Amino acid sequence: MADLKKYQVTEARIIKMENLCGTIYDVTVENEYLAQASRCGQFVHIDCGEQFVLRRPISICEVTDSGIRFIFDVRGKGTKVLSEKQVGDTLDILGPLGNGFTPSDKKSLLLGGGIGVYPLFELAKQTKTCDVALGFRSKDLVTLEDEFKKQCDNLYIATDDGSYGFHGNALQAVKEKLESGAYEAVYACGPLPMLKALKTITDNLGIFCEISMEERMGCGIGACLCCNIKVEDDGEEGFKHLHVCKDGPVFNAKEVQF
Amino acid sequence: MANLKVNYLGVEFKNPVVTASGTFGFGMEYNELYPIEKLGGITVKGLTLNERQGNPAPRIFETTGGILNSVGLQNPGVRHFAQKIMPELKKLDLKIIANVSGSTFADYVEACKIVDASGADIIELNVSCPNVKQGGAAFGTNPDTVFEITKLVKEAISTPLCIKLSPNVTDIASIGQAAMDGGADGLSLINTVSGMAIDLKTRKPVFHNIVAGLSGPCVKPIAVRSVYQTYAKTKAPIIGMGGVANGDDAVEFMAAGATLVSIGTMNFKDPFTPLNVIDSLNTYLDKNGISDVNDIIGCAHS
Repeated sequence: MADLKKYQVTEARIIKMENLCGTIYDVTVENEYLAQASRCGQFVHIDCGEQFVLRRPISICEVTDSGIRFIFDVRGKGTKVLSEKQVGDTLDILGPLGNGFTPSDKKSLLLGGGIGVYPLFELAKQTKTCDVALGFRSKDLVTLEDEFKKQCDNLYIATDDGSYGFHGNALQAVKEKLESGAYEAVYACGPLPMLKALKTITDNLGIFCEISMEERMGCGIGACLCCNIKVEDDGEEGFKHLHVCKDGPVFNAKEVQF
Repeated sequence: MANLKVNYLGVEFKNPVVTASGTFGFGMEYNELYPIEKLGGITVKGLTLNERQGNPAPRIFETTGGILNSVGLQNPGVRHFAQKIMPELKKLDLKIIANVSGSTFADYVEACKIVDASGADIIELNVSCPNVKQGGAAFGTNPDTVFEITKLVKEAISTPLCIKLSPNVTDIASIGQAAMDGGADGLSLINTVSGMAIDLKTRKPVFHNIVAGLSGPCVKPIAVRSVYQTYAKTKAPIIGMGGVANGDDAVEFMAAGATLVSIGTMNFKDPFTPLNVIDSLNTYLDKNGISDVNDIIGCAHS
């Protein structure tokens, strides 16, 4: 274990491939190295086929005994090709990459919106006592409800159109409870407006908050400097650019400039 | 096993495969994947006199057979490079090509002086970055400016100097000639090709700077042509690059006139591309009964 590389290029065999709903796919791959090295909140960079110059970054949903599970949405041609893979096919994976979440033993809140729900699952498994709030566009996209329920004290589901659970986003569903001081740590992944609104609240409360960020990415390991986000800096410009792949994808919300 | 050793600007490279500036950081991220000492050398991220934060996101966009980038030279500055990064790189057995940019002649000269003292093996002068407002490509498209800046920098340093050329000109060979006339020891080409993309949701340009730099296999024929024409006119020692993905591509560049071949964009798809290029270049030479890689440099011209 001492010699375990931080990341590698590795071949992983698909042992489960399921269309969860709409264009969202749930994939489990077998690979001993990834099972040992992966942590909650990290991601993998997947080669989707010869026709693509760039890999596709996808967050790890769960670290299993024999590999990892990830859930992705078909956003373009690369993820479309990925969605057509079958059980038994192998994937060329660079990973695990980035810095993941820092689980807390204090009362935590996990907030996920849309495709940002899935990177929180392994964290929920690793967190002793937490509430989870998940937001989806509508009832037909509500997924992993039962799985999350087993990992938390209270599960709040919100839908944008009000067709299931709370009418609104995940943050709005738990805003009052959060502002009342019910939590000592918050973790979130989802649309930028939700993360921005969350940061305002947790900054005011002065509580620990980690958010997982997304940006168009090149190398995945911190060499090309493409996936930049702005963070606070004392220097002349008042900000500096860090990179989602190497410095993140999880950042302390306090540092991030929206 | 053919001889793969080449001499570029008086510096001995154990093989002709290096990495392209901006695609390989300062090497350490890739050293986690494989010993980068297996490479002939690396070209470090483009450096400027002072630290730069670069352009806002997005900085990268995939196109058919390539990518567009608009990083805008984010880098820690030459002093940080000389003090913190070079000492680490010097512990490794590979050659270091330091890529340097500036917004004024004075910036270029001062930055190069600091890099000159850092122990880098070669300085690659970037007069062709398309992603910065001042300097960059504005310098590299005018032969008189290229002559002038080459002369100023060459007088200020003792490290071998190569000038990195932009393909976004009518006659790249004449720009190369201007650099050689200014005292350059060699040339490096091509930098990225000027391009752009429109976002289909907003129907507006993807990048804040509107235009960005195109690289990857889609630019390879432009790059091979540029190396061929520039070598024909100048006979300069050349680092050839543009979409190199395998050993066959390396053979093309070397036959066109390159002494070193640089791997850029394809590092993102497969980080092991440079190692595969070394292996398959060797296989090509063995198969064709060529015992020394130097024998194919410029062979397309005779």
